[in-house]
Amino acid sequence: MTPAAILRAGFRDQNPGLVQLLGLCPLLAVSTSLGSGLGLGLATMAVLIASNGLVSLVGRSLPAEIRIAVFVLLIAALVTAVELALSAWLPGLHAALGIFLPLIVTNCLVLARAEAFASRQPVGNALLDGFAMGGGFLVVLVALGSVREVLGRGSLGGDLHVLLGSGESTSGLHLFGEQHGFLLALLPPGAFILLGLGLAWRQARQATAPAAASGAVVTSGMPGEAAA
Amino acid sequence: MAANPERPARRSIRAAIVLATAAIAAFGLVAVVHEVTRDRIAASERARELARFDQVLGELRYDNDLLADTLSLRDPELLGTTAAIIAYRARFHGRPVAVLLEPVAPDGYAGAIRLLLAVAPDGTVIGVGTASHRETPGLGDFIDTRKSDWMQRFAGKSLGNPTAARWQVRKDGGDFDQYTGATITSRAVVGTIGRTLEFFARHRDELLGDELLGDELPAAPATIRP
Repeated sequence: MTPAAILRAGFRDQNPGLVQLLGLCPLLAVSTSLGSGLGLGLATMAVLIASNGLVSLVGRSLPAEIRIAVFVLLIAALVTAVELALSAWLPGLHAALGIFLPLIVTNCLVLARAEAFASRQPVGNALLDGFAMGGGFLVVLVALGSVREVLGRGSLGGDLHVLLGSGESTSGLHLFGEQHGFLLALLPPGAFILLGLGLAWRQARQATAPAAASGAVVTSGMPGEAAA
Repeated sequence: MAANPERPARRSIRAAIVLATAAIAAFGLVAVVHEVTRDRIAASERARELARFDQVLGELRYDNDLLADTLSLRDPELLGTTAAIIAYRARFHGRPVAVLLEPVAPDGYAGAIRLLLAVAPDGTVIGVGTASHRETPGLGDFIDTRKSDWMQRFAGKSLGNPTAARWQVRKDGGDFDQYTGATITSRAVVGTIGRTLEFFARHRDELLGDELLGDELPAAPATIRP
C-alpha cells in the first residue's frame, strides 16, 4: 500500500469513528468537550502507533495460536504505560478521562489494526497506519467533542488548560453562559444523536460522490461492526 | 505457518515459551514506567488534594503538613456514614487554624453527597465544597462550587448563627433558601453541614489536638506558607 492510500483509509475511507464504527464506547462517553476528546484521541493514537509498530516487528514470527494473546498483552502493557505517564505529568487530564484511559485496552480499534493490518505489513506502513487510524479517530472525537461542548456548555476549548497541565481555569472561547446550555448534548443520548448526524452526513457525501470513491468502503478490511 | 511440519507437542511448547517471553517483556515495560513515574504520581496526588483543600480554606494560611496531620473519626449519626472519616488539621505556628472534614449527606437526590467542610477552631464555617456527588447535571449540581456560588452562603455561619433548630432549608422552617427545583439536594446539604458542626462542637477538643492554648483564637497572619 502506498503511504497516501494508508492516510486516506485512516482519515476518510475507513475512518474508525464514521465508517468502521470501532471504539464507539469511549468515542461517545468521552467526547463531552474539545479538551477531553483531544486528550483521549491523542492517548489512543499514541497507543495505536506504538502497538502497530511492535506488532509489525514481532507479528509474523508468532505461532498462530497465541498471536492474539501476545497482541493483547502488548497493548495492555502500552496502555498501562501511557496511563502511568499521564497520571504523572498531566494529572488533570488523567482524572478527566477516568476509566476510559485503561479501557483503551479494550478499544477494538487497536486490536483490529494490529491483527488486520500491522501484523502483515512492514513496520513503516504499520506506524503510518497507526497514525492515520489514530488520527481519524482523533478527528471524530475532537469534532464531536467541540459540537457537544458548544451546544451543552456554550464554550469551546474551555478545559484545554487541563491538557496543558496548567492550573488556571481559563482557556478557550466562551460563547454563552453554561446555564443556557443544551443539556442533552452533554448526556449520552445527545452523543448518539450527534454521531448519527455525523454518519448521515458521511453517507450523504458517499452517495453523491463519484462511483470510483465508493469502492473503498466495501472492501474495508474490518466489517463495520459497532462494538466497544 | 500453514506448512509447519512441527509435531503438536513441540508447537505447544514453542507457543508457551513465546507467550511467556511476551508476558515478561510486557511486565518489564510496565515495571520500568512505574518506577520512573512513581514519585511524580505521588507528588501530583498530593498537589491535587491540597488544591482541593485550598478551595474551601480560601486565603487562610497554614504551615503544617496538612495531609499528615490527620485523625480518623467515626460517627454514623452525625457524619452520615458508617465508614471512617478523615479529619485534616491545618495549623499555623503549631496552633490550629482549621479542621477539614468530609461528611457524607446520605440523603441526596441521587445517592450520597460527599462534602468538604473547613471549620475554624471557634466552630465557624470557613468554606464548604463538594468532594463527590451524582446529583442531576443542570439541576442538582449547584452544590459544585465550580458551577454555582450557592455553597458560599455557609461561610461565616456556625451552630449559634443560626441556632441549631434553624439549620434547615426555609421550606422546613430553617434559615437557608433552598435552591429552586432542588429542595432535596439543598435539604441534604444544609442538614449535613448542621450535623457536622454539631459533631465539631461535641468533639472540639479532640479535633483541635493538644496544642490549642485555652480558647485563644489564632489570627491568620499574612505569611506565605511553604
